[in-house]
Amino acid sequence: MNWQPSATIESLRARAALLAAIRAFFAAREVLEVATPLLSRHATVDRHIDSFVTQDGRWLQTSPEFAMKRLLAAGSGPIWQIAPVFRYEEQGRHHNPEFTMLEWYRPGFDHHRLMDEVEALLRHCGAPAGGWRRYSYRQAFGEHAGFDPFALDAAALRERLAARGVAEPDGLGDADCASRDFWLDLWMSYVVGPQLGREAPAFLYDFPASQAALARVRAGDPPVAERFELFWRGLELANGFHELSDAAEQRRRFEADQQWRRANGRVVPPYDAELIAALQAGLPDCAGVALGIDRLLLLLSGRERLDEVLAFPADRA
Amino acid sequence: MATVSTNEMKAGTKVLIDGDPYSIIDNEYRKPGKGQATNTLKIRNLKTGRVLEKTLKSGDSWEVADVEDAEMQYLYNDGEFWTFMDPTSFEQIQAGKAAMADAAQWIKGEETVRITLWNGVPLLVTAPNTVELTIVETDPGLRGDTATGGTKPAKLETGAVVKVPLFITEGEKIKVDTRTGEYLSRVGK
Repeated sequence: MNWQPSATIESLRARAALLAAIRAFFAAREVLEVATPLLSRHATVDRHIDSFVTQDGRWLQTSPEFAMKRLLAAGSGPIWQIAPVFRYEEQGRHHNPEFTMLEWYRPGFDHHRLMDEVEALLRHCGAPAGGWRRYSYRQAFGEHAGFDPFALDAAALRERLAARGVAEPDGLGDADCASRDFWLDLWMSYVVGPQLGREAPAFLYDFPASQAALARVRAGDPPVAERFELFWRGLELANGFHELSDAAEQRRRFEADQQWRRANGRVVPPYDAELIAALQAGLPDCAGVALGIDRLLLLLSGRERLDEVLAFPADRA
Repeated sequence: MATVSTNEMKAGTKVLIDGDPYSIIDNEYRKPGKGQATNTLKIRNLKTGRVLEKTLKSGDSWEVADVEDAEMQYLYNDGEFWTFMDPTSFEQIQAGKAAMADAAQWIKGEETVRITLWNGVPLLVTAPNTVELTIVETDPGLRGDTATGGTKPAKLETGAVVKVPLFITEGEKIKVDTRTGEYLSRVGK
């Protein structure tokens, strides 16, 4: 029986130091630390995020987003928290079903201004000062995949992936084959993502509108979601939005996601009706971001595997 | 039909793909925060030994291959088949040339070997990691030369040829690593 932690005591100390640095950063900027429930009567309906459900039918949070937005609508001003989050997914080199999330919201910021703050926080925590990059989703694909992701249909994305030598998953159904987002996800997982942030962290912003999640969509040709992700050494570290505040649009997206989950035989949790009510009451114009603390610690300490920074990963928990 | 899902595929899990048995070597899970999760699986074809990579959508599954390892004792070879015995049930089983692969050149009788069985039929016979065999043929050695580090070929009683230090002579028993085919040491008399 292996009772010992998979992280060294030195790594546990590095985690404590990182948490202290983050707390100091937000205290200096007068962002309010808050606490919200881990268990909720509703859950995310995101197509690709599954939640753990408890015996009494409640859900463990996959992010504190909904509760924090309710606080924003209630007039909290800028808020942050570090919280355990749970995702019903596999354990892997860079994944654990429960992990630590830093999430914060900034009224009056858009996604570009929030990227500035993410960069400032990471530098404060020991990330390199120089060499940071920002590219739009379109530029990143242009540079690392060699095409315009908005110009190709599913069949062309699939064909180019095969030409690139990336094996497609076995046994795909028609719906996956016909989905542009499915192929863009594979491109991101296998080709573009691993090349991002090699020297210093890199932001990717303005995603396809079909991948808006809870971000605003900016009209244009093509319309884009005002969303960003942060990559460092090919690893996805953070995901941020210029937050959608339109209650009717939010409800429509939740319902469409539930519909997709139903059609694909996935669990369909109830969406957060209280969030919709809060948006109706009025969410201040704001941007918010969620950042994986365990991965940040892994990268800052130059390690390779998530279990090197977790006291007890899922297979020892 | 038993199946195994991507989250249960560990190193050593045996699966059946297009009618062939494979062993999982490595399973890498990838998931964009808001996108489709996939698993890249490095797998070895247990019939050909060939290693390849396949990708699955996370949550998808493969059929489980009825592959198991058994420890058996080598009895004899009749020129076409090698016969082994289960030491507890005394049941005998025969392996052909393909399943013997490298193992044939290392065993002479009574060794305990590992046999990988697929639906009860030997797929692969693995010799013990080290064996002790007598040299039946080698050039006369340079007595006392233990320092130059030179080697010469030596034929063993099973027919295998290994490189041995120059001071080793015909009739001596030596220890060999069957995984690398390398001479390890003299065996004291």
